[in-house]
Amino acid sequence: MRLRKQQRLALVLLAVLLVGGATALVLTALDDKVAFFVTPSDVAERNLAAGKRFRLGGLVVEGSIQRQSDGTVQFAVTDRARQVQVVYHGLLPDLFRDGQGVVTQGVLRPDGTFEAAEVLAKHDENYMPKEVADALKQAGYWNDETGKGHDVP
Amino acid sequence: MIAELGHYALVLALGMALVQGTLPLWGAARGDAMLTGVAQPAAGAQFLFVTLAFAALMHGYVTSDFSIQNVAQNSHSLKPMLYKISGTWGNHEGSLVLWVWILALFGAAVATFGHNLPPSFRARVLSVQALIGVGFLAFILFTSNPFLRLDPAPFDGRGLNPILQDPGLAFHPPMLYLGYVGLSTAYSFAVAALIEGRVDATWARWVRPWTLAAWIALTLGIALGSWWAYYELGWGGWWFWDPVENASFMPWLAATALLHSATVVEKRDALKSWTILLAILAFSLSLLGTFLVRSGVLTSVHTFAADPSRGVFVLALLAIAIGGSLLLYAWRAPSLQGGGVFAPVSREGGLLLNNLLLATATATVLLGTLYPLILDTMGGAKISVGPPFFNATFVPLMVPLAVAVPIGSMLAWKRGDLAGVTMRLLAAVGVTLAAGLVWLALHDFRLSLALLGVTLGAWVILGSFNELALRLGIGMPLDLPRVLSRARGLPRSAWAMTIAHAGLGVLILGITVQSAGQVERIIVMRPGETAELVGYTVRFEGVSPAQGPNYTAQRATFVVTEGDRPVTVLHSERRNFPVERMPTTEAGIASNLWRDLYFVLGDPAPDGGFAVRLYYNPLVMWIWGGAAIMALGGLVSLSDRRLRVGAPRPARQPAGHAAAKA
Repeated sequence: MRLRKQQRLALVLLAVLLVGGATALVLTALDDKVAFFVTPSDVAERNLAAGKRFRLGGLVVEGSIQRQSDGTVQFAVTDRARQVQVVYHGLLPDLFRDGQGVVTQGVLRPDGTFEAAEVLAKHDENYMPKEVADALKQAGYWNDETGKGHDVP
Repeated sequence: MIAELGHYALVLALGMALVQGTLPLWGAARGDAMLTGVAQPAAGAQFLFVTLAFAALMHGYVTSDFSIQNVAQNSHSLKPMLYKISGTWGNHEGSLVLWVWILALFGAAVATFGHNLPPSFRARVLSVQALIGVGFLAFILFTSNPFLRLDPAPFDGRGLNPILQDPGLAFHPPMLYLGYVGLSTAYSFAVAALIEGRVDATWARWVRPWTLAAWIALTLGIALGSWWAYYELGWGGWWFWDPVENASFMPWLAATALLHSATVVEKRDALKSWTILLAILAFSLSLLGTFLVRSGVLTSVHTFAADPSRGVFVLALLAIAIGGSLLLYAWRAPSLQGGGVFAPVSREGGLLLNNLLLATATATVLLGTLYPLILDTMGGAKISVGPPFFNATFVPLMVPLAVAVPIGSMLAWKRGDLAGVTMRLLAAVGVTLAAGLVWLALHDFRLSLALLGVTLGAWVILGSFNELALRLGIGMPLDLPRVLSRARGLPRSAWAMTIAHAGLGVLILGITVQSAGQVERIIVMRPGETAELVGYTVRFEGVSPAQGPNYTAQRATFVVTEGDRPVTVLHSERRNFPVERMPTTEAGIASNLWRDLYFVLGDPAPDGGFAVRLYYNPLVMWIWGGAAIMALGGLVSLSDRRLRVGAPRPARQPAGHAAAKA
């Protein structure tokens, strides 16, 4: 009987230790390892801290894509209300084009441009990232019937 | 006509599943042998009907029958045959038919090979299995019928997403589903045992081969998916902690824990209720994965359709299957208490530590996967939980696990001797430390996480072989005949453990070295220009047009040399699929055991050059190699005598055998 109690005590201690440790890990990670999703309007209005990691989503502004000879790409992302200039050094996903919904991840520079470390690829031309759809809804430019953002009236 | 027959067969399968899900349960409760006897033929018939339906759908794809809406939306007459066949499950409805087919397959397999199970228990297992089938067959028939007709039929189909047109992806879903759905047997065995109120060593021996088979398939399925993502998506990575990947990884973690805890039930009759809970949770996580992937709450390549009624249906299924089994568990599990007592430092203790770590790790992955969804649903901020989160939570939990693997597998049952085990592992400790020192010297004596990873990987491999060597009695002087005779006498399960654990070590080494040593260069190259990449000279020859069966491509040629020695010529493509109106990227990859060269062609730059991405990925093949070795370990374990299908229940183990283990 004593042995069984010892066994249970050791077990409980181990489990408490593990769960406690894991909880601490998760809480610290949730504090600084997750990226908040922001819209171009958020960037303009909410005075976001430069240097923190964000996800910025919206539509690629028509005609805004500029490629430089060193492989750097600049483009603007809009939620139809505001737009933000994005700089990205790397290869763009296959379906990246004018007017397409994109999600980029990176940091905001002090001058207000967004330096993307990642431009998220999408696998389907009909697919609009959910965050982008929500951003367009929020800004009031969403057509529920077509399931696509509509142009500024 | 064939499509209508397929639809009819699905309806019959549902009817058969209803019979199989009720009568045998009732019969087992009343002790009526006639009613319990329904289970086996019903399982066979259900499998037959689902097979007919699946074959009918596949027939539609192979013959490009575009009067079937599902075929018209997901296939095209110009598609190569392999992708016409794999297109059957490359869409929402078809993938569910595959799901149910595998479910029925496992049911029929238990009915066929389970003749050593007591009849009432077998009837209950098959009934539970059929009840899961009822839920999913109803889901298909009421919300996702694959046999709907189109009138008039279009001349041609809309095609399959080109990135899914790949041999790796033709086999990834069936393999993954074999694992995912295979865990349903563990669930059915657990629920049946709860109803029966009896869990013992024999139960663990019955449930083990099924769990093992599912685990092997799941391991291979996840590895295939990861490999596909690596070579097809062109991002140079192999795991993204994407919610859909996590959805398959969580059941794997739970199944791994289950395999280990079932050993304790089998050998020592302890940890019984925990093992039952794990069996329920493993399949619940599979169901959760199915919900996440199929309901449209996540958007990804796996989400074929976002129809809210389907989401609600799967959610209801989830609530019934998980909630019901957990209620049953809460009600019946207290009666399962008892079992062998063991000291904290013992084989059981080691396996328990393994379980606690794996369960905690599963919980962190679950939290990281669901947290953004929950936050969003509750109207909170939108966040993305990506690799940084999982690297900070999941990885630290794997460190003690890797440290403990060789030690735990050498501890004696009941009461172990930690100091003694450490002494016997001295050889492995020594070589591991030496390997760590070599790595340190190669990297200018800078301490890094990579050092930890490499040391751990080496430790797991060396520790596993050290254990095997001790069992075989390999020592100084080497007595070869004795070693060989011992090797022959060693049970397959012992070999299996060494192989699987060594595979884990190989996996850890691959992940660590690839992550720490990857070199990425993003540059613009004009034809004729060269670039340096970790000692290799890469010359860009230019881009020429190319033609595939159902696409056109721009094809870049790279010539790779090392000093004066030619190494390889690589082709990277940007393909354009006119039917699907979609471009894809095809990376040029040269693999060997030690490194991958991985080149991606990007957009043209203004002055005649092309953006290119050049990767050097050291040891990346070890990642999938490690997974394959783990799966091989599983196969060897599956061939162990005590699990062999139809083998009589082993009587007492011979005394010499037991002594060798202690």
